[in-house]
Amino acid sequence: MSGAALNTPRSADGQNGGSVRIQGGGKIYPVRNGSVTALKDVNVSVAGGEFISILGPSGCGKSTLLRCVAGLDQLTTGSVTLGGKPIDGPPLDMGFVFQRDVLLDWLNVIDNVLLPCQIKKLSIAAWEPKARALLGFIGLKGFELRRPWELSGGMRQRVAICRALLLNPSLLLMDEPFGALDAMTRDELNLELQDIWLANAATVLFVTHSISEAIFLADRVLVMSRSPGRIVEIIDVVLPRPRPLSVREAPEFIQYVSHIRRLFEGFGILRGTHARE
Amino acid sequence: MHESSALAAGKRTLSVLLVVAGFLATWQIIVLITKPPEYLLPSPMAIGKELAIAPGWYFYHALRTIGATLLGFLAALLIGCVAAVGIVYSRVLENTLYTLLVALNSIPKIALAPLFIIWLGTGLTSKVAVSFTIAVFAIVVDTVLGLRSVDPDAVDLFRSLRGTALQTLVRLRFPNALPYLFAGMKVAISLALVGAIAGEFVASQAGLGYVILAAEGSFETTRVFAAIFLLGVLGTILFFAVELLERIVCPWHVSQRK
Repeated sequence: MSGAALNTPRSADGQNGGSVRIQGGGKIYPVRNGSVTALKDVNVSVAGGEFISILGPSGCGKSTLLRCVAGLDQLTTGSVTLGGKPIDGPPLDMGFVFQRDVLLDWLNVIDNVLLPCQIKKLSIAAWEPKARALLGFIGLKGFELRRPWELSGGMRQRVAICRALLLNPSLLLMDEPFGALDAMTRDELNLELQDIWLANAATVLFVTHSISEAIFLADRVLVMSRSPGRIVEIIDVVLPRPRPLSVREAPEFIQYVSHIRRLFEGFGILRGTHARE
Repeated sequence: MHESSALAAGKRTLSVLLVVAGFLATWQIIVLITKPPEYLLPSPMAIGKELAIAPGWYFYHALRTIGATLLGFLAALLIGCVAAVGIVYSRVLENTLYTLLVALNSIPKIALAPLFIIWLGTGLTSKVAVSFTIAVFAIVVDTVLGLRSVDPDAVDLFRSLRGTALQTLVRLRFPNALPYLFAGMKVAISLALVGAIAGEFVASQAGLGYVILAAEGSFETTRVFAAIFLLGVLGTILFFAVELLERIVCPWHVSQRK
């Protein structure tokens, strides 16, 4: 696979354009008897072009954090800035991948990928070659005219990723995108996502609850805990790229995994036999 | 259409025709054996002869009924869809219009037919009005449900792309509502025919409802049956026309996939 086909080299403006900064981020949901603190004092600074995994148990507010960066939700306290500017609503050059692919059943594959063009009223003719290149890159050449329901779960999520990447976003947000896929498809997509990211300039925030997936993909892993949702540690992952799947058997990788597992055990989230003693 | 699906459609039509033919044959045999007086139960053959004597006359009256039905149905479709969009997007309309519709729907709408005759006269307009009134509820209820049954993630997808409310309606909510709309249309088309006949029953100079009422007055039971037979054929054709349209408009829906 070659990134040249995508014709999007790491851009010069990308280093600043895709930078994300969250300061004093807090989110409180009103509920029937008072309120729930979904996020508390989240501080993180992400450089343009960085790949960040946000890892935590369910209910730790990691999806909420992502939605606040996407402008789909708002922090109660604190601020999110993108490229130095505070966000007001969904950023223009952002791609979002949901856990479910949300492909539109009434459109074929290529039209689903071109949806951002339709909505932003850009020339379909100008962007169609890009859409085809993305589909080809991710192994879906020849599927352009198929309907979503003719595809497998993994293929559908690939189409959703192409849709998010179409307009060369400087920021790619992914909310447990591979959570509903089987283990082997998930491995394949992890590799493909790494290739895509290496060929692009985008900053990626990737929400997952899989420790190994988080480490495999990321430059840095934000480890979150719940009640209240907060960042407990930010771990630099120093492993050469491109990483093969076998990197997961390397001693350094295993050290990262056990370090994070111990963190979770310390918060009473993962209770192994060791923790119970 | 694919070769196989054309074949399947052919088989289906054939089986429907066989059932109808079997029903008519049984009827004919029963009449031949029991010989009831013709004013009580005419044979299918006698009904056929009745239709064959004055096909033009029956065609004229059938056309009047079709006209009232289709106009009522189309008005219900158009106004129903617009009302549904209003109800989904406006809390005020939901609390007023929707509540009012539900309340009105619990009235047997045939009871309103005499009112429409008083207001709109005995011509086509009153029949269209009854037909519309009886059909519109199914369209509104199903379209409201369809517009609301959108995946929240899909709405977020449109928001993340900064799609406008109009784009979300046209490109997401409306296509998503189409299968629901067609379910409503299939109910509405049959109800529209009921409405047209009800209107004709109350006061009219033409239409199959008029034919039935006039023939009943002079005990011409064969003629009543001839009109009823035409109504059956009409209703079936209208229903399948809507179903065919559904196949063409939303082939992507689960119920239409091969």
